[in-house]
Amino acid sequence: MNTINFMGRRKLAMLFSLALLVLSVGSLATKQLNWGLDFTGGTLVEVHYSDTADLGAIRQTLAAGGYEGAIVVSFGSDRDVLIRLPQGYSDAEGAQLLQLLEESYGAGVELRRIEFVGPQVGDELREQGGLAMLLALGLVMLYIAFRFQFKFAVGAVVALVHDVLITLGFFSITGAEFDLTVLAALLAVIGYSLNDTIVVSDRVRENFRKLRRAEPLEVINISLTETLGRTLVTSLTTLLVLGALAVFGGEIIHGFAVALMVGVAVGTYSSIYVAANALLAMGVSKEDLMIPVKEGAGQEDLSP
Amino acid sequence: MLNKYPLWKYLLVLFVLALGAFYAAPNLYAPDPALQITGQSSAQVIDQRTLDLALDALDEAGIAYFGETIQDDGRSALVRLRAADAQLPGQAVVSRALGDGFIVALNLAQTTPDWLGDYGAQPMKLGLDLSGGVHFKLEVDVDAAIERRMETYVNITKRALREARIRGFVSQDEAGRVEGRFRTEELREQARAVIAESSPELVLDRVDGDGEWLIYAAMSEVTRREIAEHAVSQNLTTLRNRVNELGVSEPLVQRQGQNRIVVELPGIQDTAEAKRILGKVANLEFRLVARADAAASEKQRFEYRSPDRAGVTEWLERDVIITGERVQTAQASFDQNGQPNVNISLDSEGGLLMSRATRDNIKRRMGVLFIERKYRTRYETDEQGNEVVVKVPYDEKKLLTAPVIQSALGAQFQITGLDSPLESSELALMLRAGALAAPISFVEERTVGPSLGAENIRLGVKSVQIGLSLVALFMVIYYRVFGLCAVIALSCNLVLLVSVMSILGATLTLPGIAGIVLTVGMAVDANVLIFSRIREELGNGLSPQMAIHAGFERAVATIFDANLTTLIVAVILYAVGTGPVKGFAVTLSVGIVTSMFTAIMGTRALVNLIYGGRRVKSLAIGGRAAA
Repeated sequence: MNTINFMGRRKLAMLFSLALLVLSVGSLATKQLNWGLDFTGGTLVEVHYSDTADLGAIRQTLAAGGYEGAIVVSFGSDRDVLIRLPQGYSDAEGAQLLQLLEESYGAGVELRRIEFVGPQVGDELREQGGLAMLLALGLVMLYIAFRFQFKFAVGAVVALVHDVLITLGFFSITGAEFDLTVLAALLAVIGYSLNDTIVVSDRVRENFRKLRRAEPLEVINISLTETLGRTLVTSLTTLLVLGALAVFGGEIIHGFAVALMVGVAVGTYSSIYVAANALLAMGVSKEDLMIPVKEGAGQEDLSP
Repeated sequence: MLNKYPLWKYLLVLFVLALGAFYAAPNLYAPDPALQITGQSSAQVIDQRTLDLALDALDEAGIAYFGETIQDDGRSALVRLRAADAQLPGQAVVSRALGDGFIVALNLAQTTPDWLGDYGAQPMKLGLDLSGGVHFKLEVDVDAAIERRMETYVNITKRALREARIRGFVSQDEAGRVEGRFRTEELREQARAVIAESSPELVLDRVDGDGEWLIYAAMSEVTRREIAEHAVSQNLTTLRNRVNELGVSEPLVQRQGQNRIVVELPGIQDTAEAKRILGKVANLEFRLVARADAAASEKQRFEYRSPDRAGVTEWLERDVIITGERVQTAQASFDQNGQPNVNISLDSEGGLLMSRATRDNIKRRMGVLFIERKYRTRYETDEQGNEVVVKVPYDEKKLLTAPVIQSALGAQFQITGLDSPLESSELALMLRAGALAAPISFVEERTVGPSLGAENIRLGVKSVQIGLSLVALFMVIYYRVFGLCAVIALSCNLVLLVSVMSILGATLTLPGIAGIVLTVGMAVDANVLIFSRIREELGNGLSPQMAIHAGFERAVATIFDANLTTLIVAVILYAVGTGPVKGFAVTLSVGIVTSMFTAIMGTRALVNLIYGGRRVKSLAIGGRAAA
């Protein structure tokens, strides 16, 4: 198999990653995220009409009923309507709003769901989410440092931060709603991207021990080439199921599936270019990976 | 011989799969829509007569039913219905026919056959987003409880100093502490001793001011935490009792974090009704037992609340000494002789009223009434001729206990002469439930309609099917026979995943289904790792048997590392996440563990069966290396 010179284009890749990161962080700083109800608090009512729903009429009904700041959009189909009230309405308001719609439209309105989230909950959730993310990163770093070597841990974490920031940036730029399921997806992205990075690192370690004469750059190129097939196939199968979920899974799970798809795509790229790039930048060498000679017997030999 | 499993390994794989299939099987049996009938109070027995009444009502309304049973303990009955949309009308006619005193709840009756149920096989529980229902998150106002307790401390301190004849000025400062100002240092030292004795749990702090000597008494962190803990657990108990009254088949009342309580009520749509019952206030009244010669206009008759003393009544005076708002705490404990008793503490106003009422009535008895707001159902016809259900509130007052007053009572007194520790703890619980608990507020509420729940299941199952087929197709095309092995292993993984979830009693939610879908995508990763390794080894010139052997051996370490780190993330998700995130984390972690088994051992067993122990010229694994 011909070795693909991945690292030959590492400067280009670095520029590409930097551009994406700048774009993401810039958008996050200026536009922030379109926080979902879970984080902002407020009331959300989803109803199903037996016929095509007239959004204009619904808006008028709501305005006449004194619901200021209500956002009315169709949700998935033209018969499903999502109404979102800003914070400040009481927890009983959702049921009353439903009653109002039923009165104005008749029996053709069916309740799909009402959600009310108080203001206390949202802030906490954001804190918890951030905390979970940091905790995940920290523990993962510890595990890799223990199983591999510190430079690999840094490489993996750089790749993870890269993936999470760009996925967040995607949500910020597109303005897609960021709710609790997307947060879960983001954490799953950490898990997934890590999986990829570890498979690559594992091969890099193996090849450093096996190809004793090769330069680090060469070793990494060989390792990436060897794992490329696997990386692509796994990403493909994961994207296949996520695609099924995004298309057929319904509106509620849509954001989750999209977040994961973006994350998996970025994660695949980062396991090739970011983690390995970081390794080279830190000057990884075979000395980092030599198995320390243990006292006495029990020395293992991994090379065939 | 290379690539042959010993017989026991094949048997182990088979055994695990059979076990998995067995425990996953109950999920294949769709539950029947059903009505569950229970009594409003725990003493009520459901007999054949009650059931007949309900069945007659269903007959009359033309609702088809079957398999009606009365539970062995006689506490509830179950009627299965033929059609799911008959549940709501069925509930209406049955609850009308039975009248108040019975709760008719919607239920999904399991249809798990006995031969499965006998071995503890149960279907997975469905989360609210799949079954429809209401989810509430309530917050207990712990600060209010602490605040109220601090006010009591101020009053206790004032009285203790007064009784000890120590002159000084006691108030509450901005930080909520008890502040005492004294003219001399000596007075302050005396006061310190008095406070330390009357409220030993307070932390005392002396400050010398300008010409005056100050003392501050604050709650220790431990005491604060105890009060907060107590306020939350008290609310938890009260909420549990009330939820039972709602007649929901499988309610969940669970503490979450420091001061939150989650209540989940499957099958309920009417949030207003649910909130009314959850937020309902109980109360207490302390009244003297009437003298035998009291005029009829001055006394009232009450029944005992306890089922042991059903039918026994007492005459109480109409005058109320104090109500539940004055009660701070009630705690079951033991007196110096080891007899069970209940310690009650009142606020200062309550203590004053109590001592005024009791000092001239020693040796008389005092009754404690428990008051609950209940609702009577009435059916009325409105102007349009529609029948409407009207809930008429009324207060039900029942007697908890009527002990003899042994001496003049103050803000703190005991009820003694109780038969058992069980009785004392029950009495304390009722007293606390009636006392004004820390206020609670609704901070989150989610209602999922039944149609959305059903649709979520349908969509979820559909995406699993499509996702699985796509992956299967790809794997078979790309890896040929090996791909087929991986697909079989993947299907087995799904069965195992479902069975482990069922055994754990985990709840399946929509994000949980997403987790399953993701597991399908990621579980093949292990096989992809192994197969690409085998291809590589073939490319390196190894014989097919050697390549299979080396491929599995080498890939396992990588798979282990990769999956373990993902598992770390899943566990963190579970620990930190709530609701939907938790559901996702559970399926993801279970999926990772089961996939390691099926992808490594399961696939290996299959590959060994096909190729093991014989001469093989080439492997049907696709790719250039096999050509």
